[in-house]
Amino acid sequence: MSNRGMVIVGAGETGVRAAFALRELGYRGAVTLLGEEPHIPYERPPLSKAGGEAETVRAIVSNQSYGEAGISFRPGVRVRSIDRSSHELQLEGGENFPYERLLLATGATPRELPGLASQSRVHVLRTIEHAAAIRRHMGEGRHIAVLGGGFIGLELAAMGRMLGAAVTLIEVQPRILMRGVPEALALALQERHEAEGVVLHCGITVDTIDAGDDEVRIRLADGSDIRADALVVGIGAQPNVSLALQAGLVIDNGIAVDHHLATCDSDIFAAGDCCSFPLPIYAGRRVRLESWRNAQEQGALAAANMLGASQIFNAVPWFWSDQYDITLQVAGLADGATCHVRRTLSPQAQILFHLGDGGRLLAASGLGVGNAVARDIRLAEMMIAKAATPAPEALSDPSVKLKSML
Amino acid sequence: MSTWIEVCDKNDIDEEDVIRFDHEGRSFAIYRSPQDSFHATDGHCTHENVHLADGLVMDDIIECPKHNGRFNYKTGQAKGAPVCINLKTYPVKVDAGRVFVQVG
Ligand SMILES: Cc1cc2nc3c(=O)[nH]c(=O)nc-3n(C[C@H](O)[C@H](O)[C@H](O)COP(=O)(O)OP(=O)(O)OC[C@H]3O[C@@H](n4cnc5c(N)ncnc54)[C@H](O)[C@@H]3O)c2cc1C
Ligand code: FES
Repeated sequence: MSNRGMVIVGAGETGVRAAFALRELGYRGAVTLLGEEPHIPYERPPLSKAGGEAETVRAIVSNQSYGEAGISFRPGVRVRSIDRSSHELQLEGGENFPYERLLLATGATPRELPGLASQSRVHVLRTIEHAAAIRRHMGEGRHIAVLGGGFIGLELAAMGRMLGAAVTLIEVQPRILMRGVPEALALALQERHEAEGVVLHCGITVDTIDAGDDEVRIRLADGSDIRADALVVGIGAQPNVSLALQAGLVIDNGIAVDHHLATCDSDIFAAGDCCSFPLPIYAGRRVRLESWRNAQEQGALAAANMLGASQIFNAVPWFWSDQYDITLQVAGLADGATCHVRRTLSPQAQILFHLGDGGRLLAASGLGVGNAVARDIRLAEMMIAKAATPAPEALSDPSVKLKSML
Repeated sequence: MSTWIEVCDKNDIDEEDVIRFDHEGRSFAIYRSPQDSFHATDGHCTHENVHLADGLVMDDIIECPKHNGRFNYKTGQAKGAPVCINLKTYPVKVDAGRVFVQVG
C-alpha cells in the first residue's frame, strides 16, 4: 500500500504547509497536492489589505519549489468524492486517485446573502478573482458599501478609503468586531475609521438590497437609502465540509477532528479553516479558527501525524489584522474572562489582558501603529500557553517588562 | 573599503534585546545576546518589508513581529516557514563601551 502516498485536498495555506512539512520530516513517498483553484497557491491576507503590493498576487512559495521538493501539485482539480474502503478519491472529470493517508484542507467559503449570490455588483472576498472584482470599485469618485464590521469588512473599508473611494459600512450589531475583540479596542478602531471618512451605520438591519446594472441600493430599517457602485458582503465564512459529509465523516461546525487532527477515520486528517478541534489549554473546548498562523501550524502538525507521530495540537490561537497604519493582534480566547487589565504602551498603542478564574491569563488583545504591540502580544501568548497567573498590577505597568514575568 | 560605523553605547541595548539602527538610507537591527555578545543583521525581515527591531529576541533567535518568522541573528539563518531566505549579517565590535558595525 505504501506506493500510494500522501494526498492533500485543498492547496491553500494549510495544504501547502502540510505538503512541504511531509518532505521536511523526511517522507520519501509520493506527495500530491490537489487544488480546485487554477492558480499557484497564494496568500489570502494581502487580498484585503492596501499594502504596497496591492496589485500583485503573493505566492505562498515559488512555482519551482514544488518540483524541487518533489511535490506533485495539480491545480484546477476538484475532488468530488472519497471512497474510504478502497482508499481512493474520485476527481471531477472521472479520474480515480489512490491515497494511503489523506489530509482535507478544503478551507472555507464566504457566506452570501440569500438571493443575491449571483448579482454582478454584490461581492464576497476569498479568492484572487473576488479581490480583482472588488478593486475595480475602489478608486476616486467611486462609492463602495460594506456589509459586516468584521475583519474583512473593516480591512476593505480601510483599503477603499486609502484608494480614494467613498465607503459606507453597515453592521447589524451595536458595534464593530462584536466577536473576538474587546469593546475598548473595537471603539478605538471605530473612531479611526470615522476619522478616515468611513460612514458607519451600527446596530441597524438592512431591509432590502436592489442590485441594478449601474448601482446597488441598500435600504436600511430606519428608511435611509444607500446608493453605491458595489456592495461587499463580509458576514463570515462557512467551512467546506461537503466532501467530508459525503464520505460519512463526523461534522461539528466543520470537519470534526481529535487533538491529533485526525477525523473519525484514522487515515483521514483535516486541518485549517475547514476543521473544528479540541483545544487542551482551554479545557478541551472545541473551536474552529480562521487564521493564517493556525493554518500553518495545523498543516505542519497534521503532516507529522500522517507519518505516525501522534503529536497533540495545543497552540494558542493568534491572528492579526491591518487597517490603515494600525495593526491589531489577538492571542488566546477571551471568552470566560472576568477581569480586563489595560497596559498603555504609548498614546497610540494599548494592550488588554483578559484574565479568567484564579487570575489565569486567557487572552491578550493589542492595537497600535505598526508593530508596536507585537512583542508584548507574543510574550502574552507564551504566558497563556503556560497557564500563567501574572499579577494584574505588573501587567498594567508598562515599565515592568513582560519578559521578566515569563 | 568597509569602515566601522559607531552605533550606540553598549548599555543602550538591553540584554537579549534588539534596536533599530539607520545609516545612509539603510536600516539594520543590532542585537545584544544573553551571553552579552553583540550582532547585526539587515533591519527588515526577508518575508515582507517589516522591521525586526519590533520583534522578540529569545536566546539566539529573533522572531519577526509580523508573522513570527524566525532567524538566528548570529548566523542570519532562516529557521523555517514562513521565512526561507536568510538574513544578511554584519560584523560588530565593542570598543570602550561603544558598539560599532561594519556595514560594507
Ligand atoms: C481576504 C482574507 C484576508 C485574511 N486576512 C487574514 C489576516 O490578516 N490574519 C490572519 O490571521 N488570517 C487572515 N485570513 C485568514 C487566512 O487567510 C485563512 O485562515 C487561511 O487562508 C486558511 O487556509 P486554508 O488552507 O485552511 O484554507 P483556504 O486558504 O481557503 O484553502 C482551501 C483551498 O481548498 C480548495 N478546495 C476546497 N474544496 C476542494 C475540493 N473538493 N477539491 C479541491 N480543492 C478544494 C479551495 O478552492 C481553496 O483553494 C484572511 C482570509 C481572507 C479570505
Ligand atoms: S514579515 Fe517577517 S515573517 Fe512575515
